[in-house]
Amino acid sequence: MKKIYMDHNATTPLHPEALDAMLPFLKDNFGNPSSIHWAGRGVKKYIDEAREKAADLLNADPSEIVFTGGGSEGDNLAIKGVVNVLKKKSNHIITTQVEHPAVLTTCQYMEKRGCKVTYLPVDHDGMIDLDDLRDSITKKTVLISIMYANNETGTLFPIKEVGEIAADNGIVFHTDAVQAVGKIPVDVKDLNVDLLSLSGHKLYGPKGIGCLYVKEGRSLVPLIHGGHQEGGRRAGTENIPGIVGLGKACEIANRDMESQLKHIAKLRDRLYKGVIDKLDHVKLNGHPVNRIPNTLNLSFEFIEGESLLLNLDLEGIAVSSGSACTSGSLKPSHVLTAMDITPEIAQGSLRFSLGLGNTEEDVEYVLGVLPEIVNRLRSMSPLYSSRKSESG
Amino acid sequence: MRDKCQKRVVVSMSGGVDSSVAAALLKERGYDVIGVSMQIWNYSSQGDEGFRSCCSPEDIYHARAVADKLEIPFYVLNLENEFEKEVINYFVSEYMNGRTPNPCILCNQKLKFEILLRKALELQADYLATGHYARISWNDSRGRYLLFKGVDAEKDQSYFLFTLKQEEIKRLVFPIGDFAKKEVREIAAKLGLKVAYKKESQEICFIPDNDYRRFITGRKGMDKSTKGNVINKDGDVLGKHEGIHLFTIGQRKGLGIPASHPYYVLGFELKSNSVIVGRDEDLLCKGLIAEDLNWILFPDLDSEITASCKIRYRYKDTEATIIPQDGGNVLVRFKKPQKAITPGQAVVFYDGDVVIGGGWIKESI
Repeated sequence: MKKIYMDHNATTPLHPEALDAMLPFLKDNFGNPSSIHWAGRGVKKYIDEAREKAADLLNADPSEIVFTGGGSEGDNLAIKGVVNVLKKKSNHIITTQVEHPAVLTTCQYMEKRGCKVTYLPVDHDGMIDLDDLRDSITKKTVLISIMYANNETGTLFPIKEVGEIAADNGIVFHTDAVQAVGKIPVDVKDLNVDLLSLSGHKLYGPKGIGCLYVKEGRSLVPLIHGGHQEGGRRAGTENIPGIVGLGKACEIANRDMESQLKHIAKLRDRLYKGVIDKLDHVKLNGHPVNRIPNTLNLSFEFIEGESLLLNLDLEGIAVSSGSACTSGSLKPSHVLTAMDITPEIAQGSLRFSLGLGNTEEDVEYVLGVLPEIVNRLRSMSPLYSSRKSESG
Repeated sequence: MRDKCQKRVVVSMSGGVDSSVAAALLKERGYDVIGVSMQIWNYSSQGDEGFRSCCSPEDIYHARAVADKLEIPFYVLNLENEFEKEVINYFVSEYMNGRTPNPCILCNQKLKFEILLRKALELQADYLATGHYARISWNDSRGRYLLFKGVDAEKDQSYFLFTLKQEEIKRLVFPIGDFAKKEVREIAAKLGLKVAYKKESQEICFIPDNDYRRFITGRKGMDKSTKGNVINKDGDVLGKHEGIHLFTIGQRKGLGIPASHPYYVLGFELKSNSVIVGRDEDLLCKGLIAEDLNWILFPDLDSEITASCKIRYRYKDTEATIIPQDGGNVLVRFKKPQKAITPGQAVVFYDGDVVIGGGWIKESI
C-alpha cells in the first residue's frame, strides 16, 4: 500500500544528514563531555558546534541557547523558571486560549499554585487582538507566553508586536515557537523575545531534544537541579546524539528553508484547491493568509474527523484530527472551540501538515481518495441527509 | 486500494482472550480484519489526586499487542462520554430506584451494536465481530437471522444479546461461539498470544474492586439520600438502612436486624425509601412482568408460548408460559415458583439453544 505522511506538525522524519551526524555519538564517540580525558574532550566541541548552529538559525548568540529534553520542557522551563509563585506582587501571566497543552497545562498548574493567569481569546481566524493584550497587562504581570504558530491551524501570531508591548511594559516574553522554527524565518533580535522554545523532532531532528533561547541577562530558575551542565540552567549529562542531531537539523533548516518552503506551500495550496473544487461544505480553519506554509486545517461538515482519519489511514494516508496528544478523545479541539467554531464543525476537522518528503504525486493521491471517502461518510450521516432534505 | 472481494471485519477487541481469538480466527479465515478497542472508562480520573492519564487501562495494551502480532490495523475509539451517558448513568439510576441493573446488556446494545457497528460500517466493514459466546445463523424458512447459545454451555453469553435487532444481527459475527472456552485458550496458546491464560474479566468492568455500593456512593452529585426504614411485609419497622442502592433483592447480608431466622430483601417501597424484608420462602414468586421486549425468532409474539427462561445470568433455565399483555409487556408464569425475581435484570426466553427473545423484568408477581 502507498504510504503518504502529511502529519509533520505531529512529528517529522529524521533528516538523513542528521542521522549521519548522530551515528558516531551512538557508537564510538560515547564520552561524557564533562570528563577531562580524551573520551570526554572528543565530544565537548560537538556540543559547542550544535549550539552555534541552533543559535545561527535564530540569530542568537550561542550562550543564549539552553538544550532541553524537547519543546514541552522548554515551555515548562520558561514559565516555571520566570514566575515565582511566592512573589504575590508579580505573579500574573498572560497567555492565550489556544496554546499547546505544554503551555496551557503549565499555566493552569501555576494558577493552582496561586498565580493569576489571563487566557486571551482569539477571533474566528484564531488571531488575538493586541488591544486585549494591552488591556490585560497589570502591575503584577510578570510573563507573557504566546505561541508563534498554532499547531492545529497554523495561524501565526504577531510576535514582533507582542514583543514590543512586552518590552514597553518591562514584562518577560516567552514564545512557544515549536511549530514556527524551520517553517518560517525566526529572528530573535528582530522579534524582541526573551525566551523561545523549539523542538528537534518538528524540524527533521531527533525526538527528546529541543532548546530554549534565553536572552542574554535573563535569569531563570532551573527545573532540573544537579550538575553544572548548560550553565547550571539544565542539569544532567548531555544528550549528545540528540544535541548533535538538533544542531544538524538547524543547519539544514537554515540552508534549505527558503526553497523548500516555497515548494511545500505550493503543494499545500494545490491540496486545498483540489479539495474545495471537488467537495462542498468544506471550511478552512485558521487564518487564510497569516499561516505557516505547510498547514491546512479543514472541516468537512456533517462527518466526524475521526472517521475520516481512520478511513484515510486504511488508504495509507497519515493526517490528524485535533493534535496528536488530544486525539483519541472526541472532545472538540480547544483551539477550534476558542475560535468559536461549533462543536459539530470542529469534530469534522482534519489537519494536513505537509513536509519535505511530500510530492505533487502525494497530493494527487490524496485528492483521488479523500472526496470519495467524504462523500461515502456523508451518505451515511444523518446530519447530511436531514440537511439535504431541508434544502430540498 | 483494498481488494473489494475480500470481506472486511471490524473486531471489537477488549484485550481478553476471547476477542483476541475472535480476531485471530477471522484473520486466519482470510478476512480483512481491523481491530478496535473502546476506551470507555478513565480509571485514573476516578481519584481526586494526581494525574489523569491520557492513556487507558492495560487491557488496551493487550489488545494492541494482539493486533500487532496479527499484523492488523488497530484503533482506540474514545467512547467515554457515550459510556457515561448510556451505561453509568443508567447503572446508578437503576440502583437508586430499587432495581438491579445489568450494565453489560446496555453496553452491548448501545455501545457495541449501535455506535461501534456504525463506526465499523463507516470503515467500509461488512461485519462487526465480538468475542461473545453465542452463535448466529440465517434461517431460510423464517427469513430471519437467529441467535443461538454458545457451544460452551458454561460460557454462553446469549443472555446479554437479547436486544439484537435483525438489522444489527445481520452485520454481526461471533467467531468463538462454536468453541469451548478451553479450546479458545488453546487456540490462543497455539498462536502464541500472550493473553492465552489471562484471567477472566471481573464482573463489572468499570468497578475494579467490585464494590458497586461504594462506587455509587462516591459518584458526584450523590447527595440525594435514600436513607430509610427496613420494614416487613406488614409495614412494621424493623430497623434503619443507609440507602436503598445498597440492597438488591434476595440479599441477606448487611441488613443489621438481629433475628433467629435470617431476613432477606424482598423489595422496596420507593415513596418512603423503605427496604422490605422477609423470610427465605417469601422470595418465591410465581411469575413476572417483563417490558421492552425484543423478539429474535419471530417479529412479534401474538399468542401464548412455553419457553425456558433465564431470569438472570448464570442461573438455571426454568420452564414458563409467556403470555402477551396489552401494551406490549408479557406475563411470564413459571412452572415452578422462582426465588428472588429482580426488577432491572433481563429475562431471556429460549427454545433449546435458540434465543426466542427477551425483555426487562418490571416486577414479580
